[in-house]
Amino acid sequence: MALKSPEVFLKQKILAVQEYSTLCASAISALFTRPRYWADIITQMDSIGVGSLPIIVLTGFFTGCVLALQSATALTSFGAVSMTGSLVSLSMVKELGPVLTGLMVSGRNAAGMASEIGSMKVTEQLDAMRALGTDPVRKLVAPRLFATVFMLFFLTIIADAFGIAGGALMSVTILGLNASTYLHDSYRGLVHGDIVQGLTKPVFSAFIIATVGCYCGMKTTGGTQGVGRATTQAVVISSVAIIIVDLLVTRAMIGIFGS
Amino acid sequence: MTEAIPNPGAATIDPQDDKTPVVEFNDVSIAFELKPVLKNISFSVERGQTLILLGPAGCGKSVLLKLANGLLAPDSGSIRIFGHEITTMPERDLFKLRAQIGMVFQESALFDSLDVEDNVAYRLHEERVPEDQAHARVVEALKFVELAQAIDKFPSELSGGMRRRVSIARAIISNPDLILYDSPTGGLDPITSTTIIELVMKQRDVSHTTSLVVTHRLQDAFVLATHRYDPEHGMKPIPKDGPDQGIDPGTKFLMLNEHHVVFHGTTEELVHSRDPWIREYLD
Repeated sequence: MALKSPEVFLKQKILAVQEYSTLCASAISALFTRPRYWADIITQMDSIGVGSLPIIVLTGFFTGCVLALQSATALTSFGAVSMTGSLVSLSMVKELGPVLTGLMVSGRNAAGMASEIGSMKVTEQLDAMRALGTDPVRKLVAPRLFATVFMLFFLTIIADAFGIAGGALMSVTILGLNASTYLHDSYRGLVHGDIVQGLTKPVFSAFIIATVGCYCGMKTTGGTQGVGRATTQAVVISSVAIIIVDLLVTRAMIGIFGS
Repeated sequence: MTEAIPNPGAATIDPQDDKTPVVEFNDVSIAFELKPVLKNISFSVERGQTLILLGPAGCGKSVLLKLANGLLAPDSGSIRIFGHEITTMPERDLFKLRAQIGMVFQESALFDSLDVEDNVAYRLHEERVPEDQAHARVVEALKFVELAQAIDKFPSELSGGMRRRVSIARAIISNPDLILYDSPTGGLDPITSTTIIELVMKQRDVSHTTSLVVTHRLQDAFVLATHRYDPEHGMKPIPKDGPDQGIDPGTKFLMLNEHHVVFHGTTEELVHSRDPWIREYLD
């Protein structure tokens, strides 16, 4: 592979940012203007939301289990093992629930979007769509964006709930805590700001998953090999971006709510 | 044409004005990553005319078709379709303009996830045509390409030739004023190629639609130029002792080589050309 000059490399990166920004703006604008493709939105909600449910339930549940066991080990040395419920719920709702859900959905759906749209790109189906008078951003990107934002919000709530349930199972069966105490402690440990923080993050993660997945798909070149490359890029970029944005949102929320 | 395309830069064109060229390229150039693909291309296509684009592989024939449909924007020059300048036209207006243009892609570009009926009816569904009317028009278009029996099949169940015929049905369903064929016979066996060329000819001679046909197969080009579709007998050679002397007067040729137009003219002018490169290409 020929080496690129720094100037060409930089220009390509700046162009990519410009194209990504334009795609995001067009997709948002398409959500608020006609025509809207409701059938595609429902299909994507089913594929992204219902389709991701099993992995989200399993991830949330087992993360809650592990969190309870690990935190109990540390809390025992302070004689505060009864605080396990509070620690699990806080960790799940504020951080692990949103981030793990985002990463799991990114692995499943950003890859799916990039490969599906990428295949359409290399077989000229996107050009055919434009030639038939349909805007691919409106038809393909906007429904995926809406469906991901809407469904990731609820998937995160489900992951949080199953995480707390997993923690409860471990606390009751292995740590010997009272179930009522655990759940009461979990509930008492959460404040309004924690919930807002935990439910703000999936909105940003979903935006990243949908737009990065679609962008990588729409920029695919180089046949089937290119589709594979686009899929990998979509997962890597969206996963890293989710974690970076998580940090920024956390800092902003601490600034707003103070904790 | 059904709806005027809002384009302040364009002159107001009467849709029925036969003198306005359907396609007009003026000094058009385009490069990809600084590599020139087309340089200073100028030509026009009159209403009802068929322009066959010839040239070696990679000379920019497909790019030229995509420019004509506004799928690519040139680096410089002007492209007018039905009298409207499309190089400065917003994408939203281009979508409206494309309602009058049908396009057959090189590899058919059928939507994998839709069956033949939904592929052919795609434009009608976008235009919210009632389902019963859309179905009737799909059946009519599929009968035109002699593929009515494949209406409920998926593209993966079709052969290359059948996919190309579905692609033609999808392009003609809205009775476009201009059809762009990008290598309609590319990758097909000679018998299937003849079937496809017959369909292109049928569309030309039955509907008198203006068309641009990209091909790298000379025999297809000359069959188009020397035959005519007869509704009763199918494809027939134009009589040499008739008024047209064996050549369809509405079919013209444009040859591209090394990013430039090297020939633009009639069939007769092409076969009598003394240009050494053209002679070599034809031989």
